[in-house]
Amino acid sequence: MSMSPLVIEALQVALLIGGAPLFIGWVRMLKCWTQNRSSASIFQPYRDLAKLLSKDVVLAGNASWIFRFTPYLVFGTVILAGAVVPMLYLKLPLAPSADVIVLVGLFSIARFFTALAGMDIGTAFGGMGSSREMLVASLAEPAMLMAIFTVSLANRSTSLSHIAGVIYSGQSLFKPSLSFAFIAYILITLAETGRIPVDNPSTHLELTMLHEAMILEYSGRHLALIEWAGMMKLFIFMALGSALFFPMGIASVDDPLMIVIAGAVLLLKLAASAVVLVLIETGLAKMRLFRLTEFLGSAFLMATLGMLSFFILE
Amino acid sequence: MSMLINALAPVFGDDMRVEAAQHPSAVACCTVPRERFAEAARVLKKTYALLAAEWATDETELGRGFCVYACYRWGREYLIVRSPLPSSDPRFPSLTKKFLPAYRFERQIQSLMGVEPTGHPDMRPWIKFEDWPQDAFPLRKTFDSSKPMKRLEGEYQWARAAGEGVYEIPVGPVHAGIIEPGHFRFQAVGEMVVNLEERLGYVHKGIEKKFEALTWREGVRLAGRVSGDTTVAHALGYSIAVESMEDSVIPERAHWLRALYLERERIANHLGDIGAICNDAAFAFMLYQLSRLRELVLRTNSALFGHRFIMDRVLPGGVAVDLDARGKRLILSELEAISKDFEKVVKIYEESASLDDRVRDTGILTPEKARELCVVGIVARASGLNLDCRIFNPFPPYDQYDRLELDVPVKITGDVHARTWVRVEEVRESIRIVRFIIENLPEGPIAADIGDPGPDTMGFSAVEGWRGEIIYWTQAGPRGEINRCMVRDPSSVNWLGLEQAIPGNIVPDFPLCNKSFNQSYSGHDL
Repeated sequence: MSMSPLVIEALQVALLIGGAPLFIGWVRMLKCWTQNRSSASIFQPYRDLAKLLSKDVVLAGNASWIFRFTPYLVFGTVILAGAVVPMLYLKLPLAPSADVIVLVGLFSIARFFTALAGMDIGTAFGGMGSSREMLVASLAEPAMLMAIFTVSLANRSTSLSHIAGVIYSGQSLFKPSLSFAFIAYILITLAETGRIPVDNPSTHLELTMLHEAMILEYSGRHLALIEWAGMMKLFIFMALGSALFFPMGIASVDDPLMIVIAGAVLLLKLAASAVVLVLIETGLAKMRLFRLTEFLGSAFLMATLGMLSFFILE
Repeated sequence: MSMLINALAPVFGDDMRVEAAQHPSAVACCTVPRERFAEAARVLKKTYALLAAEWATDETELGRGFCVYACYRWGREYLIVRSPLPSSDPRFPSLTKKFLPAYRFERQIQSLMGVEPTGHPDMRPWIKFEDWPQDAFPLRKTFDSSKPMKRLEGEYQWARAAGEGVYEIPVGPVHAGIIEPGHFRFQAVGEMVVNLEERLGYVHKGIEKKFEALTWREGVRLAGRVSGDTTVAHALGYSIAVESMEDSVIPERAHWLRALYLERERIANHLGDIGAICNDAAFAFMLYQLSRLRELVLRTNSALFGHRFIMDRVLPGGVAVDLDARGKRLILSELEAISKDFEKVVKIYEESASLDDRVRDTGILTPEKARELCVVGIVARASGLNLDCRIFNPFPPYDQYDRLELDVPVKITGDVHARTWVRVEEVRESIRIVRFIIENLPEGPIAADIGDPGPDTMGFSAVEGWRGEIIYWTQAGPRGEINRCMVRDPSSVNWLGLEQAIPGNIVPDFPLCNKSFNQSYSGHDL
């Protein structure tokens, strides 16, 4: 028995959209536990989204189409990005349409429009947030590309499915270049998804915000879409990390049983990655803004070391 | 003991008169002609005295015109210099160029009393808003506070910065989070703050005016509500000032219980603050642990004294609730648990490199600036100024130096870490003081009857609240009623310290710096 690849693709997108809030709920739950607190239900993010979706949008008088258009664009691009990352199945029908470089580009589009929307209303916080986000982007994107190039070099392809497939088959497991790239990838993930020590997702202090400062003016369904996209982004980065570095469990045949197993393994890997994320977040204070350059600089350095060690050792 | 008077006497000669109406006897009040009001400041500045407060009174009901007062502090000594002003021409020479904190005191005097400081460089209103009528001076006796005030149009003039890439960030008055309102206007280039201007007054409640409609007994309840988190220290400051007017003697046990309340208030607030500072660096673990410890203190307060913040338990004449043997045991066992957990949490603070990087060298208030601005309390002690009323203006048990050996922490770096660390050390010290009080609490009554103050007398007190020195100055009218009750919360001077510590820092570090000062909006706006 086999499943149509399109069905698998649809399943994966549904898992992404439906599972991202659950994943965030799990992260928040773990965070409460590490702080000796009792936590809200793991389903709380769904309730938050439902609340926001049922609220009216409050729009500034001078909001342009960019401001109104951005939430949908961000939501759309993040889903597209999620559709090309092999989470359940190696030969996704959409995967050939985009390689890792396009994936980075998709996130850049979302970020570009969020930054524009941040400046659109003209409040000081929005502009401040956009400027900081761009600072992070200018450092994180090259480092991200560098890390991904290292992985691509080691696997002779920039196609995500191909990379995952090669590592999966055991040909390039535990190479020194991949270890360096993996460390770089962790640092970049913290920056790209706005987690401590780069940004504090749960702060109310506007002056310290990076990502949140850009979206302060959003409300109602707009805010719900942006928040939801943010949750999915974290989900995708975790799933992409496991596809690039630990692809075991992803189905290589379209057998429904294998797909189910792949889904279960994915959930386990995500649950474990959340533990690592929360331990990092609980143990660290947020960095001073200008320490970011050193932080992301070291991510770039790690990725470069990975590439060098590929040429020297492999 | 009268260093400051001795400095003034040769310069002023017959122009100076020491007022007998000022109590307690340790605090002198001299009258000088108003032309020489600023000269007194100049002389006193040379003795390294600091300006503690400046205020004006309307003494028409006492058969005089207006009067301006300045209170100076030098070591253990307080000196009040007053100058009468005629009603027809209420002006006095400004002290702002001699003592920086006079900058806001005098703007406030001008705004609320309508007494003009001549030579003041900045005559924008302070606390009073532009939509008040020009001639509305609420502290004057002619002002009727029962009638609604007419509102006008008007706009505040902000300090501006111009140049390539300079932009403004208006923050507040309504903030995210549950805090009081206040406006901060940043001028920044990139992330670097060029200038910060505070604008306060959004929680002006007319407290000083309200005092004048109350009896001396009722006043203590209002004093306890000047700043909710400092209710014990404010009620205590008011009570001591009122008691001083009659030279009343308070039972020993009442003094000790007051100290107990005061230290418990300090412990609770410092615990909350240390956690909140760390939380602003996104290190939430500290906040939750220390909030839990703070909650323990508050619950014990509630169980023993009937109020979580011990509000309305200090009265003129003594205190309202006693402590029995069961209460002593409860406090001791609670302190045991708190100090054990507190030390563990402090160790985490000390060993977190990422947190350390945030709090050190951030928001520095240099010792020179701290002196210039005459800041008080935690802020002063973190910037090398050794000021503490518990030592310099003590009441029992703080005056038992040999037995108590009170040790006040002083740091000189003046950064966020210094202000945090002063709090840490003070929690430890306060825990020790509370233990000392419980072990040595004298027997006896907890309150005494005190009479009402005589006509035209003045009282004074300085109490070390958890933020710092709180000053109350009270004046009785012709029938012995409250003619004026001046409140000087530490925030009145320390807000200037924040404003001066910020330029040169980056915008995202402001919340952390602000939290390390944690000044009261309500206590400042009155």
